[in-house]
Amino acid sequence: MSASRIADDVRAGRRSARAVLEEHLARIDEREGEIHAFNLVLADEARAAADGVDAAVAAGDDPGPLAGVPIAVKDNMATRGIATTCGSRILEGWRPPYDATVITRLRDAGAVIVGKTNLDEFAMGSSTENSAFGPTRNPRDPSRVAGGSSGGSAAAVAAGFASLAIGSDTGGSIRQPAALCGVVGMKPTYGAVSRYGLVAFASSLDQIGPFSNSVTDAALLLEAIWGHDPLDSTSIAQPLPAVGSVLDDGVSGLRVGVIEELTDVEGIEPEVRAAVESAASALGDAGAKVDRVSVPSTIYGLSAYYLIAPAEASSNLARYDGVRYGLRVDGEDVAAMNAATREAGFGPEVKRRIMLGTYALSAGYYDAYYGQAQRVRTLIIRDFDRAYEQFDVLLSPTSPTVAFELGAKTADPLAMYLSDVCTIPTNLAGHPAISVPFGTGADGLPVGVQVLAPALGEPVMFRAARAIERSAP
Amino acid sequence: MHVAKLARLALTDEEIEAITPELAAILEHAEELSALDTHGVAPTAHPLPLVNVFRPDVPRPGVDRAEVLAAAPHAEDGRFRVPRILGDAP
Repeated sequence: MSASRIADDVRAGRRSARAVLEEHLARIDEREGEIHAFNLVLADEARAAADGVDAAVAAGDDPGPLAGVPIAVKDNMATRGIATTCGSRILEGWRPPYDATVITRLRDAGAVIVGKTNLDEFAMGSSTENSAFGPTRNPRDPSRVAGGSSGGSAAAVAAGFASLAIGSDTGGSIRQPAALCGVVGMKPTYGAVSRYGLVAFASSLDQIGPFSNSVTDAALLLEAIWGHDPLDSTSIAQPLPAVGSVLDDGVSGLRVGVIEELTDVEGIEPEVRAAVESAASALGDAGAKVDRVSVPSTIYGLSAYYLIAPAEASSNLARYDGVRYGLRVDGEDVAAMNAATREAGFGPEVKRRIMLGTYALSAGYYDAYYGQAQRVRTLIIRDFDRAYEQFDVLLSPTSPTVAFELGAKTADPLAMYLSDVCTIPTNLAGHPAISVPFGTGADGLPVGVQVLAPALGEPVMFRAARAIERSAP
Repeated sequence: MHVAKLARLALTDEEIEAITPELAAILEHAEELSALDTHGVAPTAHPLPLVNVFRPDVPRPGVDRAEVLAAAPHAEDGRFRVPRILGDAP
């Protein structure tokens, strides 16, 4: 259901936030057992929040731009007094002593948080099968994955459990599940949304962003959560551009480049490539100047990412040592306790990445692996900069394939990693990108088309995304 | 395994057996990076050109100590309790 519509109706007193919430809770009751979008449904807290919104409206106050909109939040964002698991046994039962900044902003905007959504453990994965609490299923076909790592958030919106959702995107963890579930998912410019209270995976890549049923709703949610936060030293201090008010400005004269390397990437399904080409010609029909562009180093993004992200993760996840929170498995001394706790608490993919990152950072290998990956990151940024001299936005697939069967890639980590080949380069560059549903591919499953823009290019990116959405089959 | 020790992971023999070829395959894929000429290219550690971000030096409330300690596996007398850190004296 449209978030903009809900907020308008609730603010005007035409509908009550409580009634809107009950409709969503009823859908959760009906289908959550099959889908498993949530690690925790917060029905009581949501009812209290919705009643608070209704009371504010009755008192003549404005509850905010997301008044009464049911929203699902990825379970790697801290919620005070409410379990925050990151899909990991190592944090099971932990109740954070503070709220993430996005949580505070959502509440201040009048949104109603309906639950904490399932994810790959510590956001490491592309299918939500790495959750310690079991996989999330794709509402469009429950034999398929919802994508990942924010699979629960994507599925919650696709199944109508929430009108909006929040996820985090380190290498495509918002955009890829959005594409696989047939909803809109967007990664903002690095630093645009505060990471305070987002449990860190790879700090130079992580960014929080919206899931929604429409491009308009994604802009509405983005504008409610972004902006400078003194609690995050990497948060952008300058004022951010208006997005919602320019959405429908059209694409006349806009220069659109279709990234050759990502549209012809190895393993791409023909229907996915056709969708990108069809979206490009639709933009052309709407007045944009469309051409193909080579961004050669983007194909090295995957390799660079799978050194940089695990390296940062191996450092960030050192904090799970059994001392301050979560699980502890006793040992005869501190080192043995640390190692036993981490062995028991982390799942296979997290261990794999910690091992990979520790190796890439270890003496004698640091420069060849981590150092080289950082230099390739510079090459990718330079290639994007060159492309943006000629183009306002770039176009590519979001995922090379539609949603795959559960279990299809769990035995082969590298095959799973390839799911993110088109989304990773943006994270390395710190740029924004959005996935817009555009028709269907194999077996009638949704396909997402990705629009990329330079840093703080959200206005032009949203205009192109809106035009693609209007022309979607 | 040395890396597991560095990472403070008490991996089982079965896990080490499974993870070794997986890591080898990932690193082999990453070898493609060594073919790129990065001579004279500066590394990027972070996408934003930030240096020394300061905030005003004013006191503000922090997180509640009791709440933090309540979340710890073992706490006593306002502190985290851990097993011994140093081994027996020789």
